Amino acid sequence: MARVVSGTVAGKLAVAAGQPRTSLWQETGRRFRRHRLAMVGSVILLALVLSVLFGPLVWRLPINDIDFRAKLKGPSWSHPLGTDDLGQDLLARMLYGGRISLAVGIAAMLIAISIGTAIGAISGFAGGAVDHMLMRITDMFLALPGLPLLLLIVYLFRDALRKMFGPEAGIFILIVAVIGGLRWMQVARLVRAQFLSLREKEFVESARSLGARPLRQVVRHILPNSMGPVIVAGTIDVAAAIIAESTLSFLGLGFPPDIPTWGRILFDAKDNLDFAPHWAMFPGTAIFLTVLSINYIGDGLRDAFDPRKVLGK
Amino acid sequence: MYKYFLRRTLILIPVLFGISAVLFTILVMAPGDPFEELATNPNVPPEVRMNLRAKFGLDDPLPVRYARWVASMMRGDWGFSFVSRVNVDTLILQRLPTTLVVLGSAQLLAILVAIPIGTYSALRPYSIFDQIATTLAFIGFSLPTFFTGLLFILLLSIHLDWLPFIYRSDISGTGWRWYWEHIRQAIMPVAVLGLAQAASMTRFMRAAVLDVIRLDYVNTARAKGLSEGVTLVKHVVRNALIPVVTLVAIQIPTIFGGAIVTEQIFRVPGIGSLLITSILANDTPVVMAVTFIFSILVLVSSLAADMLYAWLDPRISYR
Repeated sequence: MARVVSGTVAGKLAVAAGQPRTSLWQETGRRFRRHRLAMVGSVILLALVLSVLFGPLVWRLPINDIDFRAKLKGPSWSHPLGTDDLGQDLLARMLYGGRISLAVGIAAMLIAISIGTAIGAISGFAGGAVDHMLMRITDMFLALPGLPLLLLIVYLFRDALRKMFGPEAGIFILIVAVIGGLRWMQVARLVRAQFLSLREKEFVESARSLGARPLRQVVRHILPNSMGPVIVAGTIDVAAAIIAESTLSFLGLGFPPDIPTWGRILFDAKDNLDFAPHWAMFPGTAIFLTVLSINYIGDGLRDAFDPRKVLGK
Repeated sequence: MYKYFLRRTLILIPVLFGISAVLFTILVMAPGDPFEELATNPNVPPEVRMNLRAKFGLDDPLPVRYARWVASMMRGDWGFSFVSRVNVDTLILQRLPTTLVVLGSAQLLAILVAIPIGTYSALRPYSIFDQIATTLAFIGFSLPTFFTGLLFILLLSIHLDWLPFIYRSDISGTGWRWYWEHIRQAIMPVAVLGLAQAASMTRFMRAAVLDVIRLDYVNTARAKGLSEGVTLVKHVVRNALIPVVTLVAIQIPTIFGGAIVTEQIFRVPGIGSLLITSILANDTPVVMAVTFIFSILVLVSSLAADMLYAWLDPRISYR
């Protein structure tokens, strides 16, 4: 109870009592580390990220080495996660696909956060008619049916982008842009709400009275203080984007078959469930573990950024 | 209440136009020309192609084309499926009831699971029951529907052989047997969708009840001698449901996304699987129409959520 946030009365008392002074971010980090499940999630996610980054350097089997003698085999020493219907090594494919799935998740999240922050900031700072119009647009985007629209856009623009950027880069750009472009609304609303309350706070007013221009007020004073909820929403967005990409690939409309993302491996595996369940179980579990650990991290971050909730317990 | 309903319905009209404009823009921006084949066919002279373009109005200015497109959509003229050679509206009307039945039952299941469990968790926070329920809810909403579907098939159809994993609309038999077969094949799709929905709803419900339960009017209700059950149902749960309805309303588009996936896994002949098959078959009129239907369904369900909201909290309709 004694140390809440330096700057509050309790924080000043703590400092006066000779305890080390800690910054707001250090406090947040400390609260995050106390959230046990969020820490477990971080460790699992870190392990997953490290293995897809460095795994292919250690496990050097090619992802498209066809070997019909070893097809649909369960886990063994030569193929730790078994093989698929062409005898391709699943561990190598999963490690490669994991890179794509995680890259899609992070890139789509960055797009969503950038659009959301920009729109929310403009809306919240400008107010008036601009705010009203941007919020109507946000509401309309919230009412769009996400997956059907995603499918429609991928269907209509797939071939054009493939021609323009090549089969892999084209579909990557398309999927990332569309997932990010359909997920910014929550961030925009959060940022706008933060701006509306922060705009009237004393520290912004003092900056204004000292002659800070609007851009400086926003970038230097308001934006950094409204980042907490955005970071939480961004974390959850990574998970949502990974699920969206896997869903597309699972429906056979995402990445082409030679790029084995986790969703794509599941799509290929789903018709062989009765005699090769391992083929579906490993990628499915990988998606599940990634999403679960990201969600727990998001939960921990939410508690860490909002100490009132934890104290309420 | 009536005026509020009218106002909410009227707000939908501009939104509907906005969505139709988005769909139309996507369609116009999309590369590809319906008369592309004629352009590469040496037997068709360019004048014929130009005449055809003029006849279908492809060279008119964009606002004119948009107005014509909206007008024909409103008349119910949704075009003609390239693949199945029937009118798009007939095709959709055949498929829509199945989707609505599966989705409706899944929502019912979610409500029946989530409200009691969420409430009980909040009444005994950090008890063993609460910890198990919270963990399961977290796992539930981290599991993507396509993976849950495969797990259900693996366990219930392949290992235990209890349920069929392909949904059939042509079941023979009459009376009870017919109903029983229909229920049996709907169990897995409904459970996959419903439990995914229940997972997040349980968390919302628990948080909402925790907020409400320590408010003064709950104490007042107890103090004036109401039984614990009446206090819980009429004072705690009803007020806790208000934020839950808002949160569930935000998720409505996701619910329809889940419906597409489950229909595809279990081969339920609804509009979700129709969307996928028409995309794979390049059947553009059907793809456009189904996407538009999904938009309308999302809007109608959020309208329903608003109505529920106004009923739970009558102050809203007086604003």
